[in-house]
Amino acid sequence: MERFDLAEISLDVEVLGTGKPMLYLHPEHYAHLQRPFVEKLAQHWKVYAPRHPGFDGRQPPSDFRRIDDLAYLYLDLLARLESEPVVVLGASFGGWIGMEMAVRDTAKIRALGLIAPLGTKLGGRDDRGFADLSALAEDDAARCLLAGAPLNFGTFTADQLTEVAQDRQYLAYYAWKPYLHNPVLARWLHRITVPTHLMWGDADGFAPPELGRQLTERIPHSQLDLFSDAGHYPQIECLEELMAKLTAGPCAKIGE
Amino acid sequence: MDVWHFSEMAYHPAWDELGNSLRNVVPSSVYDPKVGADLYHRYLDEWALCDELGINIMVNEHHTTATCATSVCTIPMAILARETKNVRLLCLGMPIANRMDAVRVAEEYAMLDVISRGRLEMGFVKGAPFEVSPANSNPATLMERFWEAHDLILKALSSHDGPFNWEGEHFQYRQVNVWPRPYQTPHPPVWMTVASPGSAMAVGEKGYVMASLNTGYANTPTIFDSYRKGAEASGHVVTKDRFAYLAMVGVGETEEEGRRRASQILDYSRTTPRTAAQFWFPPGYTSNEVTAQKLHNRGPLMIPLRDGGEFEMQTGSVDEFIDAGIAFAGTPDTVFEQICEFNEHVGGLGHLLMMGQGGHLSHEDTVANLTLFSKEVLPRLKGL
Repeated sequence: MERFDLAEISLDVEVLGTGKPMLYLHPEHYAHLQRPFVEKLAQHWKVYAPRHPGFDGRQPPSDFRRIDDLAYLYLDLLARLESEPVVVLGASFGGWIGMEMAVRDTAKIRALGLIAPLGTKLGGRDDRGFADLSALAEDDAARCLLAGAPLNFGTFTADQLTEVAQDRQYLAYYAWKPYLHNPVLARWLHRITVPTHLMWGDADGFAPPELGRQLTERIPHSQLDLFSDAGHYPQIECLEELMAKLTAGPCAKIGE
Repeated sequence: MDVWHFSEMAYHPAWDELGNSLRNVVPSSVYDPKVGADLYHRYLDEWALCDELGINIMVNEHHTTATCATSVCTIPMAILARETKNVRLLCLGMPIANRMDAVRVAEEYAMLDVISRGRLEMGFVKGAPFEVSPANSNPATLMERFWEAHDLILKALSSHDGPFNWEGEHFQYRQVNVWPRPYQTPHPPVWMTVASPGSAMAVGEKGYVMASLNTGYANTPTIFDSYRKGAEASGHVVTKDRFAYLAMVGVGETEEEGRRRASQILDYSRTTPRTAAQFWFPPGYTSNEVTAQKLHNRGPLMIPLRDGGEFEMQTGSVDEFIDAGIAFAGTPDTVFEQICEFNEHVGGLGHLLMMGQGGHLSHEDTVANLTLFSKEVLPRLKGL
């Protein structure tokens, strides 16, 4: 774990693996279930894996509360990390941050990987862009996120349950209203000029796969891979298939 | 001790049909406006009666629910500000973190205070967790928005020299200039509700009237003590008029009649748990440790008894609610004794917020309940 002091934020960054550098931006839920994915990534890249402010258990400064703040924080981190451009890979909430970074500045980004990213709403005002998880019964919300075996909180430790509550708190903190999106992001997606790999579970009940198709139309050098019978977290539900696509896609090829 | 009559203007005709979910997701197709109109007028008549009986008036608001048809607390209060002449009028209250226009809150309160010729008491409340969804207010920043709204509303009510600027985190105005100014100076008295010692201390630090709602025999003393600590630490002299407590009250000519009335009013408590589980714990609304416990183990809502036992809120008997200090019920003598005991137990109570109507209690029973209470109990409480 390395600590970086950036813009009055103390950021703990786990560094693991060897290879080309990758910044991995985690999704909103279930860090311990996402862990095997991070370890797989480390077999192919040198992975920098920060924990977002707030999600890390530390109260962010009072003026740090928007998705813009996270984007600038990680752009500052990239400026500090490596002299060469890095792969930025983000899942869900992390994917949203990745897009926000890339529309601002791609100088230090050589490729962008996006697993079912939140952040854009392309439907009309009566359309729900993302499932309203907090208005759904726990079982229904869990089925939106995972297509296969249902989530069982009974298998979570007390600390893991507290982490679930904390993660939900900070997802709300950054993105309650507008709900999980930045209304101005969609119109600037053409500024993402680096090769971009979108990955999506075809049974995603939280962020519909159709959004992935729409994003490929707006992000210039992008491709989409869908994963059968996977929900919102294909990195949990079909890890091997996702790794196969990821290591054969633009995040691996560029610069080799 | 002052007494206030409170009703939620329940739309109880839909309760059976709606089963175990009375809030948030219930379709308004189950609401018959003709029945609702009759109910509104009936409840307003009962409050108006209080002006003759010497019982002050309390209203609140909830949203998207058949348990409380008062969706805007200042609307019944506006009617009562004109219709009554004597008693004081308490909105408890305005969920100011869920109201996106704080200046509008100041305007509504100022108008009410002027129309009532200075009889308004202003409640600022956090609001129940299931209120977050209808308001779409961010639960993770709820309390910071609450306190910013509080600061802005009080400044808006007490500034009389033309516009001022307010560009905070949650509210932005460049020309705040509230008309009319309130009748009372510098503004109507402030009340806040609490449910825990932590929030009680914060209210104590401000020196406001603190209302503890249904917190019962077991929990209320700790809450009152916490208020005293906060108040004394901030240099406030703590008098009993700083303490209010909400309970269900049923009085009758016989024990049986008083208990029957209380039991019907207690459907207010019994319907509270009939809320879909996911609306109880919006993200960040309560501590993550508490939310985490509920993720895995969602047991029924329980209420502590005096002997250390507990009972289910949704099915509790009148005896259990009386033991818990949530209901005062029986003949006037019994009710007076129960209130005296509670008053002593908590170290002095300045205000009894009496739920004198609730659920299926009929208009005739409500009038009889309020009238008997005003004649036989209220005069004795004045001496406490």
